[in-house]
Amino acid sequence: MVYDILYFNKHHTSYTIHHTPYTTHHTPHTPYIIHQDFKTMADKLFYFLSFLALLSAMMVVTAKNPIHSVLYLILTFFCLSGHYVLLNAQFVAVVNIIVYAGAIMVLFLFVIMFLNLKQDDEEAKTNLTKIAATIVGGTLGVILVAVFRKAQLGTYNPYSFNSQVGMVENLGEVLYNDYLLPFELASVLFLIAMVGAVMLAKREVGDRHF
Amino acid sequence: MQLTNRAKQVSSKEMTLAERIYLPAIVTGLGITIKHFFKKKVTIQYPEQKRYLGPVFRGQHVLKRDEQGRERCTACGLCAVACPAEAISMVAEEREKGEEKLYREEKYAAVYEINMLRCIFCGLCEEACPKQAIYLRHDIFVPVFTERDNVIYGKDKLVENMNDRYLRTAWTKEEALHQDINDLTPQPRIQL
Amino acid sequence: MLEAGFIIKSLIILALFGLTLLIATYSTYAERKVAAFLQDRLGPNRAGPWGLLQPIADAGKMFFKEDFIPSQASKWLFIAGPCLSMLTALMATAVVPFGDSVKYTTGPNQILTVPVQPIDVNIGVLYIFGVVSLGVYGLMIGGWASNNKFSLLGAIRAASQNISYEIPMGLSMIAILMMTGSLSMGEIVSQQHGGNWNIFYQPLGFIIFITCAFAECNRTPFDLPECETELIGGYHTEYSSMKLGFYLFSEYINMFVSSAVISNLFFGGYNYPFMDSVHQFLTNNLGAIAGHNVATLIGTVVLFGKIFFFIFFFMWVRWTLPRFRYDQLMNLGWKGLIPLAMLNIVLTGGAILFLKPLITALLK
Repeated sequence: MVYDILYFNKHHTSYTIHHTPYTTHHTPHTPYIIHQDFKTMADKLFYFLSFLALLSAMMVVTAKNPIHSVLYLILTFFCLSGHYVLLNAQFVAVVNIIVYAGAIMVLFLFVIMFLNLKQDDEEAKTNLTKIAATIVGGTLGVILVAVFRKAQLGTYNPYSFNSQVGMVENLGEVLYNDYLLPFELASVLFLIAMVGAVMLAKREVGDRHF
Repeated sequence: MQLTNRAKQVSSKEMTLAERIYLPAIVTGLGITIKHFFKKKVTIQYPEQKRYLGPVFRGQHVLKRDEQGRERCTACGLCAVACPAEAISMVAEEREKGEEKLYREEKYAAVYEINMLRCIFCGLCEEACPKQAIYLRHDIFVPVFTERDNVIYGKDKLVENMNDRYLRTAWTKEEALHQDINDLTPQPRIQL
Repeated sequence: MLEAGFIIKSLIILALFGLTLLIATYSTYAERKVAAFLQDRLGPNRAGPWGLLQPIADAGKMFFKEDFIPSQASKWLFIAGPCLSMLTALMATAVVPFGDSVKYTTGPNQILTVPVQPIDVNIGVLYIFGVVSLGVYGLMIGGWASNNKFSLLGAIRAASQNISYEIPMGLSMIAILMMTGSLSMGEIVSQQHGGNWNIFYQPLGFIIFITCAFAECNRTPFDLPECETELIGGYHTEYSSMKLGFYLFSEYINMFVSSAVISNLFFGGYNYPFMDSVHQFLTNNLGAIAGHNVATLIGTVVLFGKIFFFIFFFMWVRWTLPRFRYDQLMNLGWKGLIPLAMLNIVLTGGAILFLKPLITALLK
C-alpha cells in the first residue's frame, strides 16, 4: 500500500491492490513477488499501528499531565490515519489529520495551555466517585463485549473488493447523493453550535472590557 | 518653525476603499524598497577602504621634527600636565655638545612614553605644547593591539620619520575652519 | 533486484530532499543579502567570495554554542519542539511536483515514465494542507515546554494565528480545486499546460493564498509568534544552539515549500510559454528519450526560477512592511480574508456554471 503510493505514477492511479496473490489484473512491470511483500508489509504495519494506537490511547487516560494526554491523543489520531491509509481511504486519513490533529487538538492544547494546571490543584477523588467510575466503566466494557460477540463481521471477498471506495470521487458521490440530507443537517447543527458560541462569548451592555 | 517640507497635516477622515484594502499602499511600499535594491550602496568596507576623516582628526600621536630633522620636544612636561588621562610620561635630559643636530632645544626628552590604553585622544597635549612638538595624526589610527607590551608607545614609535614626514593642510582648528569641510578628498600637504 | 523506476524515484526523492535543505540554507544567506540590499547596505561578504560561505559559518556557530535547557522546562517536549517543527516542514515537499517526467528505457520497446515528484497521491493538496496544519505543534510544544511566559504567549499566538489563516487558505484552494476537479498536485499542474495558468482565473484567490502563506510561515508582517519587540523571541525565547537553528531553519523550509506550492498552484509549475515547441525541437534533435528528459530539466529549472522569485518576494515583503498588531491580524483573517475567500468560491462556482457553457457555446 505504502509502496503503491510511493511508486506508481499518475498513469496508474486506477491500479488496484489485492491482498490475494491470484489477482487477475497485473500491470506489466509489477512482478508478483511485490504483491506478496505488500501483504506481509501491510500486516506488519497493521499490527504496529494497532499496538501504537492502543498504547497511546492508554497513555491518554493514564498520563498525569494534561498536555501529555493531548499529545498522546494526537499520536492516536495519527495511528488511526495510518489505518485509514491501509484501508485505501486516503481522503478520510488526511481529513482526519487536518481536522482532528491539525485543528481540534490544537485548540485543545491551546485551552489547556491557558489553564494553569498544577499537580496539587487536582481535586482528590472521593471513594464514591471511584466506585461509580468503576461501575460505569465495567458496564461499558460488558456492553462492548456483548455487542461484538453477536456482531456479524463482513466477510472479505477479494473478487468483489473495490479498492477505490475510499477515494475522494466515490466518497463525494455517496455523500452528495445518498446522504445529502444528513450531511446538510450536520452543517445546520454546526451553524447552531457556532451561533451559540458567539452568543455565549458576546459582551453584554455594561460588561467589563478586558 | 518649519524644518522640512515633508510635514503633513494629520486627518482622521474615513479611509477610502483603496486605502482600506491596503494593497495599493503595499505595492507602493514594495516599489520604494525595490528602488533601493538597485541603488548604489553606501557601505565603506572598512579595513580595505578608508575614509578621509578631515584635516584635524585625532589619531595616533607623532613627535614632530623641524626642517633640519631636529626633535622639537623640549621635555617641558606641559603635555603630561594637560593630559586628563595621565597617559604621558617623560624623562628629560640635557643636550650634550655635538647633539645640536639631533635636538633643537637645550633640553630634550630622553624617554617619552604614551600609554595608549589610557589615552582618550582628546588632543589637549597638542594644544598645550609650546614647541609644536606633539600632534595627533589625522591619517593613522592607533592600531589594534593584542599584547600589553604593545600598549606603551615610546620614542621609537612616536618620533617622526624624516623620510616620510607627517604633513597636513590645517594644523590648528582655526585653520581647519577656513577649509571646505564637505570636501573630504585629501588636500595637498603644506609644509610647516 | 530493484526496479529501475524505483531507483529513479529514490534518486529524485534524495535529490529533492538535499535540494530543499540546500535552498533553505542559502535562503538564510539570501535573506541577509536581500535585507541589506533593500537598506542600501552590502550584507555578509566576508566568509568566502561574496560571503557565500556565511551559512556554513552560521551553522558552525550554531553547533558550537551552548545547548541550554532551562531547569524548569519539560525536557523531552523541549527537545521535541524543534524536531517536530523541522519534521513537518520537510514532510510537505513530498507531493510537490518539481518537473514533468523522466523517461527511461527498461528493455526493448519498454519505456518507463517516472514523474519528477516524490509521490503523486491523489489527495496531494490535502496532504500539504494537513502537514501545514501540523506545523504549529512544533511551535506550541516548544513554547509551552520552555516554561516561560513569553514563550507561552508566542505559542498561543502561533496556534490561533495558524488556525485562523488555515481557513481562508483552504477556502482559496477550494476555488482552484473546483476549477481543476482534482486533488492531485501533478494533475493541477498538468492542467495549466499551455499558458493556462490559474493566476489568470484566480487573482483574488492568489492574493488570499499568498497572504495566508505569509501567516502560516510566520513571516513578517505576520511574525507575531516571535515578535521580538513584544515577546523577546516568542516561542523560541529559551532556545539556543542548534535547537534554535532548527526553528529558524524550518521557517526557511516552510518558505521554500510555500513558494513551491504557490508556483505550482497558480503559476503553472514547470509549464512555461512555448513549452511544446521546445519539447518538439529537443525530441527532434536529441531523440525521443533524451530530448524529453532535457525538456523536463528545462521545465524544472523554470519552476525553480519561479520558486526563487517567490522566496525573494517573501523577503522583499518582510523588509518592506511593518508587523501587524494582533487584533489587526485577527480582523484581517476573520473579517477580511474569510468572507473574500467565500466570495471567491461563489464567483468561481458561478463562472463554472454559467460562464463556461456560454464561452464554449460562443466558441462553437
